[in-house]
Amino acid sequence: MDINTGQRKMEKNKNLKNLTIALAGNANVGKSVIFNELTGSNQIVGNWPGKTIERAEGKLYFNGYNINIIDLPGIYSFSTFSMEEIVSREYIALEKPDIVVNVVDAAVLERNLFFTMQLIEMEVPLIVCVNQIDIAMQKGILIDTDKLQAALGVPVVATVAVRGEGLHELMETAVNYAENKIKSGRNRIEYGHEVENRLKILSSLMASKKLDLKYPYRWISIKLLENDPEIIKLVVNTSEEVVQKSRQLAREIEEIHNEPIFSIIASERYALANMITAGAQVQSEIKTTFSERLDRLATDKVWGYLISASVIGGLLLWTFVVGNFFSSLLTEAFGFFQPVDPQISGPLVAIIWNGAIGGLVAGITLIIPFVIPFYLMLSAIENSGILTRVAFMMDTAMHKIGLHGKALIPLILGYGCNVPAIDSTRILETRRERLLAAFAITFAPCAARTIVILGLVAVFVNVWWALALYVIDLLIIFALGRIALKIVPGESTGLIMEMHTFKLPKLHIIAKQTWSRTKSLIYLVLPIYIFGTAFVQVLYVIGVLEPISNALAPLTVWWLGLPVVAGVLLIFGAVRKEFILLMLVAFYGTNLALFLTPVQFIVLALVAMLYLPCASTIAVLAREFGWKSAGVITAANFTTAIILGGIAFRLLSLVY
Amino acid sequence: MRDGLTLSENIEEYLEILYKLSTQGQRVSTSRISESLKISPASVTQMLKKLAEIGYVEYSPYKGAVLTDNGIKVAKKITRKHRLLERFLCDVLKIKKDKIHQQACEMEHTLSDDAERALCHLLELPSKCPGDNVIPECDLKFTSCEECLMQKEEDLEEVGKRNQNLVSIVDLKEHNKGKVSFIRGDYKVIRRLLDMGITIGAIISVLKVAPLCGPVEVAVRGSKLALGHDIASNVFVEAVDGEGC
Repeated sequence: MDINTGQRKMEKNKNLKNLTIALAGNANVGKSVIFNELTGSNQIVGNWPGKTIERAEGKLYFNGYNINIIDLPGIYSFSTFSMEEIVSREYIALEKPDIVVNVVDAAVLERNLFFTMQLIEMEVPLIVCVNQIDIAMQKGILIDTDKLQAALGVPVVATVAVRGEGLHELMETAVNYAENKIKSGRNRIEYGHEVENRLKILSSLMASKKLDLKYPYRWISIKLLENDPEIIKLVVNTSEEVVQKSRQLAREIEEIHNEPIFSIIASERYALANMITAGAQVQSEIKTTFSERLDRLATDKVWGYLISASVIGGLLLWTFVVGNFFSSLLTEAFGFFQPVDPQISGPLVAIIWNGAIGGLVAGITLIIPFVIPFYLMLSAIENSGILTRVAFMMDTAMHKIGLHGKALIPLILGYGCNVPAIDSTRILETRRERLLAAFAITFAPCAARTIVILGLVAVFVNVWWALALYVIDLLIIFALGRIALKIVPGESTGLIMEMHTFKLPKLHIIAKQTWSRTKSLIYLVLPIYIFGTAFVQVLYVIGVLEPISNALAPLTVWWLGLPVVAGVLLIFGAVRKEFILLMLVAFYGTNLALFLTPVQFIVLALVAMLYLPCASTIAVLAREFGWKSAGVITAANFTTAIILGGIAFRLLSLVY
Repeated sequence: MRDGLTLSENIEEYLEILYKLSTQGQRVSTSRISESLKISPASVTQMLKKLAEIGYVEYSPYKGAVLTDNGIKVAKKITRKHRLLERFLCDVLKIKKDKIHQQACEMEHTLSDDAERALCHLLELPSKCPGDNVIPECDLKFTSCEECLMQKEEDLEEVGKRNQNLVSIVDLKEHNKGKVSFIRGDYKVIRRLLDMGITIGAIISVLKVAPLCGPVEVAVRGSKLALGHDIASNVFVEAVDGEGC
């Protein structure tokens, strides 16, 4: 069944013909599954140029073809000018892939066909792939692909991508289509007369002027009537007359229907989608599936909250327990590693041993054991569909900091490690929401901060103060979240989210997803760990750290009430937070109580918790939002930490 | 309550308070009205009887009163004017929050329909008053605010009024259906809703309303969608009989 294995041998064959296929469709219809099944590990995942939207591209060798597959972002339409929509639209229209495969969800055919209509309007070489026919069947929905093919005028292939069914046929159809063995049918969807006649007037006006607009005339006419600002901008430069004509025609249609034009066109498109669906779909009986019963439970007033809480709690607990287990195993395995004293060993050994190798060991023992189990569970939760129910239940609470329910997930993840948490803000719709969530995440006490809090406060002061720090942290996240909400421009978009059917997640899909996520994270984080730690060692060895910490003394000693050495600690901690504890031990030995007062322990832990996101977090922030936003977030963290640290020092001095 | 109200103003005040106190068509007891308006129960009973005669409420002694369809129409209209005025007093005139309610109470009775529409445009189609209560939808025969803005020049008489009372989908009971008739809000929200299949005339049924003003889960065109509370409260439907999805 695996398409890849058979064809791989042909890889070396130079006579392969090239073919580019783009996968397009709504979110969560199984596009990525098809992509993964087709391309295997042969893929490059990056960003679209200049945008933080994932671009996945992969290769497949099939029937003498070297097929390049692009997985476009999941979208519902080409009308709301979101980045995902613009990326997809420009890719399809301007880069002209040889074939566009529109993946549709068999169980929600009508809504999916709304997007198919728009692809047909773009006059692209289209194949419709009706996926998840098994789930549709469970719901009692049968789809007649022949009838659908006749109605749409494009080839239709049925698949169950998670089991690989139908994918061979899909690729065969694509190749045949590319070789012109299949002629597309009428490939035209007709609107009602009032609209259709005016589209013809507009298209022929453009045709008579021989405008060169890169998009098909009919499609431009529809967009002009719909009042699409991007397309109007495009056309107005070449011909004002066309735009004016379209305004006049649009007004005529509005007078007839008494509705705004974009609403009329959407309604007509849906009416067509409805008609085609009705003709091609047989709904035998409405079955209440197990998934629906589960759904009722997951959004129940009582059970819903319990399930949401256990999903979140379970994810956290799983990450911590499994992560801790592997982390301690690995730490033991790397037990040979002990930092050396540069005074004894000499500078070069210190840089390489303490720095580079130390960084590598820390990366392996701290990041990987937490990240892999976390990604595994996250993939499982995401693929099962339970995440949307959690978002549904938690929406109200998250509104208080300008986010909607979905944002809870990245936030919780931040308690494990900030880096994958910020990575996972991609599940949110707008840049603003992603930014607000990422900002909140940088304050979440990750595993490394936990080490510092526990190591300093729980051990040398008491557990209650350590817990108090956690509570304070929660309050800070909430308060700063509210402030950030006021400052960051733009309005919150409300929640409009599709509630997908529950699915039993497939193990091999989860494994693949986990691996590709872990890989991209390791590439980002490990070099920072290694070079960052080595760099700080260099600073230490060449002796600039002491002058720096002396220079920082007014801040550390006068304002925060800490010993001078705190300056060095905070510089080290910028790379890795747990270094604050490790260096302190390296300087003073294990009985720190002899050197620091309880107040100093608490203030140091508080400042360490808040003062900077670690270097890896800053890097991932910069990757997702650009250096400017990363800089602003870092500055906000630093300011908050210093202000609160100073206040805490003064207040605590009254108590102790 | 203030003195010197004309009879019709007085009626409007009663309808307004009944609309505010009754959620999802529940009966409101005489004593609650009397507490809210600071009028003796006896006078309230007398007034309720009068309102029942006109056909604005259904009243039965000891159980209280409930607004009729006609009563809801008038009550929504006056409540809408009141809350729009509050927004105006607060946002444009910057009057202190503790004073706006009283001022709006006095102005609402004389605000013309034309002024109401112009105020709505001026305030950029608000959906909530400063106290965070939902401003009822207007009674003009439009399917969206976009349409109203496009036909600014058109006279209210030409536009016409809706015959039926609309209900926002947040006020629809679970498993009830409605036909989408009006979507409030700016262009982008409408476009997103249209794309997801919530078009004018589409049949939508409410599956679940999350507690604490949470999102609403609806079924439309064979798919299930979760809509945030604020978005859902701007989708108005004509109630359609029948259960299930």
